[in-house]
Amino acid sequence: MGRYVVRRLLQMIPVFIGATLLIFLMVNVMGDPIAGLCGERQCDAATAAQLKKEFGLDKPVWQQYLTYMGNVFTGDFGTAFNGQKVTELMATAFPVTIRLTIVAILIEVVIGITLGVVTGLRRGRPVDTSVLLGTLVVISVPTFVTGLLLQLLLGVEWGWIKPSVSTDATFGELIVPGLVLASVSLAYVTRLTRTSIAENRRSDYVRTAVAKGLPRRRVIIRHLLRNSLIPVVTFIGTDIGALMGGAIVTERIFNIHGVGYQLYQGILRQNTQTVVGFVTVLVLVFLVANLLVDLLYAVLDPRIRYA
Amino acid sequence: MRGATHAKWAACAAAVALAATACGGDSGSGSSGGDSSAVLSSSWGDPQNPLEPANTNEVQGGKVLDMIFRGLKRYDPKTGAAKDMLAEKIDTTDSQNFTVTVKAGWKFSNGEAVTAKSFVDAWNYGAGLKNNQKNAYFFGYIEGYDKVHPESGTQTADTLSGLKVTGDRTFTVKLTQKFSTFPDTLGYPAFAPLPQAFYTDHAGWIKKPVGNGPYTVQSYTKGSKMSLRKWDAYPGTDKAQNGGVDLKVYTDNNTAYTDLMAGNLDLVDDVPAAQLKNVKSDLGSRYLNTPAGIIQTLAFPFYDKDWNTSGAVKVRQGLSMAINRQQITDTIFQKTRTPATDWTSPVLGTKGGFQDGLCGSGCEYNPSEAKKLVKEGGGLPGGQVKITYNADTGSHKEWVDAVCNSINNALGNDKACVGNPVGTFADFRTQITQKKMSGPFRAGWQMDYPLIQNFLQPLYYTNASSNDGHWSNKDFDKLVNQANTETDTTKAIGIFQNAEKVVRDNMAAIPLWYQNGSAGWSDRLSNVALNPFSVPVYNEIKVG
Repeated sequence: MGRYVVRRLLQMIPVFIGATLLIFLMVNVMGDPIAGLCGERQCDAATAAQLKKEFGLDKPVWQQYLTYMGNVFTGDFGTAFNGQKVTELMATAFPVTIRLTIVAILIEVVIGITLGVVTGLRRGRPVDTSVLLGTLVVISVPTFVTGLLLQLLLGVEWGWIKPSVSTDATFGELIVPGLVLASVSLAYVTRLTRTSIAENRRSDYVRTAVAKGLPRRRVIIRHLLRNSLIPVVTFIGTDIGALMGGAIVTERIFNIHGVGYQLYQGILRQNTQTVVGFVTVLVLVFLVANLLVDLLYAVLDPRIRYA
Repeated sequence: MRGATHAKWAACAAAVALAATACGGDSGSGSSGGDSSAVLSSSWGDPQNPLEPANTNEVQGGKVLDMIFRGLKRYDPKTGAAKDMLAEKIDTTDSQNFTVTVKAGWKFSNGEAVTAKSFVDAWNYGAGLKNNQKNAYFFGYIEGYDKVHPESGTQTADTLSGLKVTGDRTFTVKLTQKFSTFPDTLGYPAFAPLPQAFYTDHAGWIKKPVGNGPYTVQSYTKGSKMSLRKWDAYPGTDKAQNGGVDLKVYTDNNTAYTDLMAGNLDLVDDVPAAQLKNVKSDLGSRYLNTPAGIIQTLAFPFYDKDWNTSGAVKVRQGLSMAINRQQITDTIFQKTRTPATDWTSPVLGTKGGFQDGLCGSGCEYNPSEAKKLVKEGGGLPGGQVKITYNADTGSHKEWVDAVCNSINNALGNDKACVGNPVGTFADFRTQITQKKMSGPFRAGWQMDYPLIQNFLQPLYYTNASSNDGHWSNKDFDKLVNQANTETDTTKAIGIFQNAEKVVRDNMAAIPLWYQNGSAGWSDRLSNVALNPFSVPVYNEIKVG
């Protein structure tokens, strides 16, 4: 187990370097970021040169990358164009997005798996059909439509919630945005669980468990669900990263100042330091989440063991 | 069902939050005709640069500077005329040497007195190359600028030799050339005075700026919110009529509008294009749409020899006449733009140099004449024009497509004009700076100060800072120089208008339309107005 973890951690290094390098190059080919800083006019040459020097943009790209990576390992992610440290931006953005992600994942897990189990056990019944239809609708309607619609109905028409999330972005305020963010994944989780449950229901160990006279609840939760969760856990694990990085639409609609917002601003202003910094952290989140998923397999299915 | 319980939960949380803000925000009494202690909330965008007066060149940061600073002059929110604010008088005999006397009794909100030194130090800081101030060029006319801000290398002086403190409240300014309207430029925020704390604790000042305006910064969370409160000891006559303003950063102006509709926000100063259709029924009279000092044009790459031929003038004129401005502003912009008939802006007023119809027939839609002129001028270079624009902000794609459509229809050739989108604004600017434009490109100009000089010199003077098309014309340059030396303002404006006629005769850029500022507000507010820079006049807004 220990060796497996170490090997996985070592594998993360080339992935990490490759991903950051790619992002770095992509942001750099977009042109000179200083050019956009002075509005509709041209920055005067001396100030532009001075700014380039300050942000290290006067050096060749490979050198910029090396310096950047060197700094990252000491915890210095550079400075954004508005004079703020990128780490400072992260400290304000990540907690918000993490809260939003937690809300979304919780909704996915609780509602998604429950619906999945219910429909899996009642395959072909009206409940199953109606939930399937529901998930089909959720998957096919884009997030921004669901978001704007909920915002308009709950926020403006009925006045149940505030249409935008305040600076504090508390858990309570994030429930509706979290629901919107989770909606598509929620549908997938439901369908994955349903299929998996339906498949395993007829397997030998379930029949044995039932034959032993175990209570129905125990059969479902301990035997059936545990084994059926493997594909679902994989999906949710990769979804953590996707939700954090992909919250951009939801964050825009509900005015949440999280990672998506900072990334959007960074790209719009072509702020290399912000974009690369945030993406670097997101890459790490992805990698760690994947590792955790792999380790969880062993917990769920004792047959899977890492030597 | 679960969803429903969650929603209820959220509703409770929202109610609690609302109650809390209501308790916190409303401490004074609610008298009729405006509660002078009530706080209003307003939409805001994240400033692009650190909030220093000489480093702020966009509207969002400028909004704050307008609330917390007062300079020597202030532009009248209604007429745009430059009026003395902190300046007791600005004397000159030759339009080149100025003696400035600062009014007595002005203070920064931290108690420090505003003296001549507060201005001189601030201007020296603003001009200094090592301070990276993006508006440094505003000090370019002051003698010694080339030492403080050389075009290359490091600065050899820290102070402008043209600035001298001659007394507690007086200082002199020496310019490198005659510039008759110089005093009128001093209302621009870059010329604001700065307290000592700015230099001694710069990082702290940036976190919580201290100025001398009607408001003070109570708290500032970068990227999300700034709370400004009325400064009771403010010595000026334009005291705040409300208790303060909470500026809230919105990721999207649609969300701000939704918040306004839900009663969660008091003021939006940028009604999203998508909502323009509903705004009348949503807000009724609580909506404003007035011209701002912004003009949009199509500029041309004069460094490209195809566009610098003798016949190209006719091609440019032809293109201008092929654009149906009225139709585009009506349909694409829902009348939030006004077809341009000169190269300035209506906010200047006729006294300030705006001349309705100066462009004449060249800006009127006339497809047959357009076709004829383009043909006479030797046809479109390469048989096609590509209009370059940045696709990331604004609704540039929509109007560029419409302009092209109009040109194609007029010329009877559906390939005559195409849009050429560029991904980001920064990339768009890079291509302009590197002179990579091969055809007309989007150009926009938001005035720095309401002067006709500001609409012409930076844009069309040889090698001027915003002369992106690198147009150069001796007659124009001569007239501008002449206007700058003219001490009589009315005469100077007349000469500037003559210079503008040179721009017209050469069609140096195609004027498209003047941009309006828009605002919508809740029924709590009254007396809402936009100044010529399309920024709400916050201190005059009444709440309750």
